[in-house]
Amino acid sequence: MKRLLTTLSISCIAMIMAVPVIAADTIKIGFNLEMTGDIPKVGESSKFAAEMLKADINGAGGLEVGGKKYKLEFIYEDNEAKAESAVTTTLKLIEKDEVLAMIGPNSTKQAIPAGQVANDNEMVMISPWSTNPDTTFNRPWVFRAAFLDSFQGPMAVNFAIKTFKAKTSAVLYDLSNDYSKGLAEVFKKLFEGKMGAGSVLAFESHGTKDQDFSAQLTKIIAAKPDFIFLPDNYNQVALIVKQARQLGYKGEFMGSDAWGSSELMTLCGKDCVGLHFSTHYAAAGATGATKEFIERYKAKYSYTPDDVAALTWDATGVVLKAIQNTGGLTGKLKKDRKAIRAGMAAITSFGGITGNMKFNEQGDPIKCGVVVQITKNGEFAFNESICPE
Amino acid sequence: MLRRYSVHLSLATVGGLIIYLAHQEYLSLYIMSVLMFMGVNIILSTSLNLVNGYMGEFSCGHAGFMCVGAYVSSLLGVWLFANDKVFGAPLLNPKYTLYAFPLLILVGGIAAAFAGLLVAIPSYKTRGDYLAIITLASNYIIISVIENIGAIGGSRGFMGMKQLISAMEKRVDLPWMPIWVFLFTVFCIWLMRRYISSTFGKGVTAICQDEVAAEIMSVNTNKIKTITFMVSSGMAGIAGGLFAYILGYVNPGSFNILKSTEVLVMVYLGGMASLSGSVLSAILFTILLELLRPLQIIKWIVIPLLLIILMQFRPEGIMGNRELGDIFPKLKKFYRFK
Repeated sequence: MKRLLTTLSISCIAMIMAVPVIAADTIKIGFNLEMTGDIPKVGESSKFAAEMLKADINGAGGLEVGGKKYKLEFIYEDNEAKAESAVTTTLKLIEKDEVLAMIGPNSTKQAIPAGQVANDNEMVMISPWSTNPDTTFNRPWVFRAAFLDSFQGPMAVNFAIKTFKAKTSAVLYDLSNDYSKGLAEVFKKLFEGKMGAGSVLAFESHGTKDQDFSAQLTKIIAAKPDFIFLPDNYNQVALIVKQARQLGYKGEFMGSDAWGSSELMTLCGKDCVGLHFSTHYAAAGATGATKEFIERYKAKYSYTPDDVAALTWDATGVVLKAIQNTGGLTGKLKKDRKAIRAGMAAITSFGGITGNMKFNEQGDPIKCGVVVQITKNGEFAFNESICPE
Repeated sequence: MLRRYSVHLSLATVGGLIIYLAHQEYLSLYIMSVLMFMGVNIILSTSLNLVNGYMGEFSCGHAGFMCVGAYVSSLLGVWLFANDKVFGAPLLNPKYTLYAFPLLILVGGIAAAFAGLLVAIPSYKTRGDYLAIITLASNYIIISVIENIGAIGGSRGFMGMKQLISAMEKRVDLPWMPIWVFLFTVFCIWLMRRYISSTFGKGVTAICQDEVAAEIMSVNTNKIKTITFMVSSGMAGIAGGLFAYILGYVNPGSFNILKSTEVLVMVYLGGMASLSGSVLSAILFTILLELLRPLQIIKWIVIPLLLIILMQFRPEGIMGNRELGDIFPKLKKFYRFK
């Protein structure tokens, strides 16, 4: 018994000590990801995309910075989808691993406190997925790769007026989901601003765990709107659309990026075919670099990359570009991190697979979004690209 | 004489040394953050042990009270001393932050203690599994309420507490956050120890053994239960307040049932009704989580496995229901801790 315990503890210590040997001339980039906890799929997508990018660049001999080739070393740390763990992880990456910049965390709950730490310690951090304005607000060292929630409001309004020729609309949103509520309010304001007061005929809400929406839908359908704006999560979208169809509604729905899960069509089936929603990028009907990325990702990990994967690819690309912009690394950590911050600001246009982007003074990207249409095969096909005005 | 003050002395040395090393930047921020979360975990596990260990009830909603403490002390702090988009300009001069900070944390604790009534009052009539469900429900109630108050950020969370920390550091240049965490950790353990060894505390143990018998022996069980629940949740509130200020950001999602489970694990790992066991297990658990980081996903196979192994060979936890002094009687020669 005693021997067993000793063996166990020794093997444990051995595993801990087995830190990889670091070769010279490497660039270390940290990844603060949700690999366990509530949303492990998000962390996994991020890691897979980053691994692909690393293999590409290291396979070509490394990243050229100021005439010198550097091998990339990516350090993945798990933040367990917990805020406190995201903070310690960030500090560990900054101090123990001495990374030059950090990608992640993805989810807002982790990205806000981690962003504080990165900003206090003066290291560039870029969150691929977080859409909360507070993540980057007044933090010169923190960036993001996704557009803000509020941008999807004008996207939906402009697209609906142009494509549906809509003059009236109705909104159904999730009251306890901040994302949904915020988007619904932005939409109402903009739509009424363009089509006159009272053009949003019904503005209804529901709870997160609700299963039956017939009361709200009956009211909406009776108002006869030209289309229904539905900024909801995919699982509720499936229920709502099905129930609306059963109640005899034949018109259009317009949604937001929370629709974009591969699960949507499994739950919703043919009722959702032909509907539109705004999102970060379109997998089906993609062209050029985006298409190449999707095909390679699919071949390697045997599923279609979601928006987190694509956004991580771009976020990492942006950081690498900023490192190249420094024009040469000195090997002194503080100085190099400062140079990378300057390099981020110097990016005038970055051609990513989720569209061209550059950063405003808050570290938020100015980039185009896409509106996709759901095809008969359940794919999200590119319909129109909408850029900020 | 020395025996009487040895605990005070050693605590002061250890605390002083840590703060000194942090101030001189010999200890990195990473290590400091792990140490601070260790302090928070110690308060959490000892306070839950009060209910689950000493009183023999089963509470699994401890994170809910932590949430109350975290929100009350951060809202109050930001309202009084910081510039914020919800509350506007600070009400008081930020230079008083330093003196008010412990009060802010204590107010958070008191608010959490009153939230503890949510569990304490139903406990007059129910116990065991049924009470466990009530504690679970109270955790959900607290989180849902906060998620639905849009003015304080709702599910988006609340921030701005970092301004208070920097205000304190501007006033006197010391690493204030570690100092407060250390002081409150010591304060909580001291208070708990006093509580348990008091006459009142004997009543708590009596309830654990047999509630009916205790009632017959003239123990006012309802009163004792109310106060014990309030003390326990109040401590959780203090831990929550510290947690919020360490992070500089609170989000109701951080205090869900998973957090409660984590605290439960620490209590059972340390041993029921053992203060030193809870302290030890909180330290061990925090270090283990950090040390096993390189294993990534496998970590969550290794840690539960270690727990199973421990429960297999030592079902009563690390310390059982004994204190450090009971296991190493010779230690008693050197210290006295009340």
